[in-house]
Amino acid sequence: MLLLIQYTLIFSSVLTLVALGGCFSEHSGVINLGLEGIMVMGGLGGALAMRYLNPAMPGFFLVIIVLLCAIAFGALYSSLLAVACINFKADQTIVGTALNMLGTAAATVIVKAINTAANPDDVSSTIQYIEPKKKFLVNIGSFEFNWFMVIAVLAVVAAYLILYKTRFGLRLMACGEHPQAADSVGINVFKMRWSGVLISGVLGGLGGICYLLAGVSEWKFENGVAGFGFLALAVMIFGQWKPTRIALSALLFGAFRALSNVYFGFEFLRGLNIPGSVYNMMPYIISLVVLAFSSSHSRAPKSEGIPYDKSQR
Amino acid sequence: MKKSFWKSEGFKSLLASLICIVVGMLIGYIVLLFINPKGASDAILTVVKNFFTYSKATSRMKYFGNTLVKTAPLLMCALSILFAYKVGLFNIGASGQYCAGVCACLYAALKWHWGWLPCLLLAIAAGMVFGCIVGLLKAYCNVNEVISGIMLNWIILYGTNMILTGVKETTSPYTFEMRNEGVQALLPSLGLGKLFNSNIYVTIAIPLAIIMAILVYIVLDKTKFGFELKATGFNKNAAKYCGMAEKKNLILTLVIAGGLSGMGASFLYQTGFVQWECTTSSVPGMGFNGIAATFLGGLNPIGTIFASYFIQHITAGGAYVDKTMYCSQISDLISALIIYLCGFVLFMKMAMTRISAKRDEKKALEKELTDKGGND
Repeated sequence: MLLLIQYTLIFSSVLTLVALGGCFSEHSGVINLGLEGIMVMGGLGGALAMRYLNPAMPGFFLVIIVLLCAIAFGALYSSLLAVACINFKADQTIVGTALNMLGTAAATVIVKAINTAANPDDVSSTIQYIEPKKKFLVNIGSFEFNWFMVIAVLAVVAAYLILYKTRFGLRLMACGEHPQAADSVGINVFKMRWSGVLISGVLGGLGGICYLLAGVSEWKFENGVAGFGFLALAVMIFGQWKPTRIALSALLFGAFRALSNVYFGFEFLRGLNIPGSVYNMMPYIISLVVLAFSSSHSRAPKSEGIPYDKSQR
Repeated sequence: MKKSFWKSEGFKSLLASLICIVVGMLIGYIVLLFINPKGASDAILTVVKNFFTYSKATSRMKYFGNTLVKTAPLLMCALSILFAYKVGLFNIGASGQYCAGVCACLYAALKWHWGWLPCLLLAIAAGMVFGCIVGLLKAYCNVNEVISGIMLNWIILYGTNMILTGVKETTSPYTFEMRNEGVQALLPSLGLGKLFNSNIYVTIAIPLAIIMAILVYIVLDKTKFGFELKATGFNKNAAKYCGMAEKKNLILTLVIAGGLSGMGASFLYQTGFVQWECTTSSVPGMGFNGIAATFLGGLNPIGTIFASYFIQHITAGGAYVDKTMYCSQISDLISALIIYLCGFVLFMKMAMTRISAKRDEKKALEKELTDKGGND
């Protein structure tokens, strides 16, 4: 049971971070379907940092550097989306999808190149981080506390304050609702959308490294992040683009994702004799069902997905 | 006045696609240079050359056949995405529908020992069912088709692994060899294999895929049905106002798109060229490469035929790069880059129009000046 709570919390942290990223980007008016690719890139940044840093260094610095690397990779990568969708008015769906494919392909190529350069016989796309991973964990009894749980809570609070209590947040949301109106009162729509996408890159990158550190201590980059970026989008829609509701719906989705990791520990679930694949499917099935019920009264930002053109009204 | 070829929409699309390919290749080359400058030129040439790396003409022909065998399913997935895109829907679920097709045709062939035609039809039906789910969710529950498509992709992947475990070899994670257990379900070759140095995998799938492309072109551009679908895509409300059943059109589109992807699965798996691995942990890339082929083909079914071949050509070429220095995923990287660059196509076309308009203006001005000069 404790294990289930632990996994639920860590997976919900991932989903919360990434969904908040999506929330910022969509409130500014850009649909970020590339979250999956951004997660992979953020994870790559963090994993590379963990590979090259000396594990003997003080834990605090190690954690900070890993986080910063993940953030930097995520933000840089998301700027590819921003350039194409904001400045060149490209189709946001195509570019987002391209970023997802590019993320996995690029990460695989980079990691394989590094592995092969270090050892010509090693053609895997795996990075190991057993030692550095321990720096992120604090054991309380048998419960493995992960610092990302704190980061996720902080992110929710920060997102709430920024979106509803600051000038920046309100302006950001104005750009997603009615960019022409925002422009007419002197808000730079392009700048606001850029910041929305960059924030989603930062949060997506954090979510990516968090996902890599969630259960395992090595990661095969060929696998990407198994649709987690899209699960986060489902969480965001279910959370009606509001930070606090996003956090709650992340808990729900996280619980189902966790179940596929730990269902074997429960006597009655094992007794049901359901194949493991069914538990793997669960989070996706649940999200489909939830989306079917929550999408019809969607509170999506009005102008999301439409490139801003000054000459239109 | 007849519009010149150089100013036509088709030429602009072609030029934009070529720019995408060249820039994509160039970035791929730069990445290779970073990894290892010594073999980069060789590696990128290998990717482009694919089967031409073989010196013997006969083996070239054989591997050309192999590339074509894998082009057929890719073309079908690309057509599926194209069909939906023309109606304003982004069918990212093509991978999942393809996967469902694999599951259906393999299970029917290996477990129930059905013939090739029923297997093919079952694969199409399986794709249609999942296309239909996406369509229903979109039409009645307003669920974004991209997100529901991705969710279904994963559900279908796990489901396929689970179901096909029933027909897998006991010692390996792969399904039974078609040539041993499901000979009756192999697509007929009609002697086509002979053309490719007796390549047993070359079947009617390849011409069928091309026929389907032409069919999609005819349906979309030359029939009332296709016009209605496109009208729904342009403006759902206007279509409804004109008395079209916009919800029905939407669902029908995704059903057809799903069927096309499912058919693609049967075109590859019923040749016995590949087996399904029951521990597959990621959704088949066919549907995603299909996106690249669709946009590279300038959203034209005939262009898609060539684009699919090109994408498959470099994907197959990636397998020949020197593994001691590079990995085969370099071609995935290039096709992903090409999709990203396709996002800029609209901008490129606008720029081209602007340049040619400027040139026309200049010419007109000069003409005016010389005309005036003549009058004086």
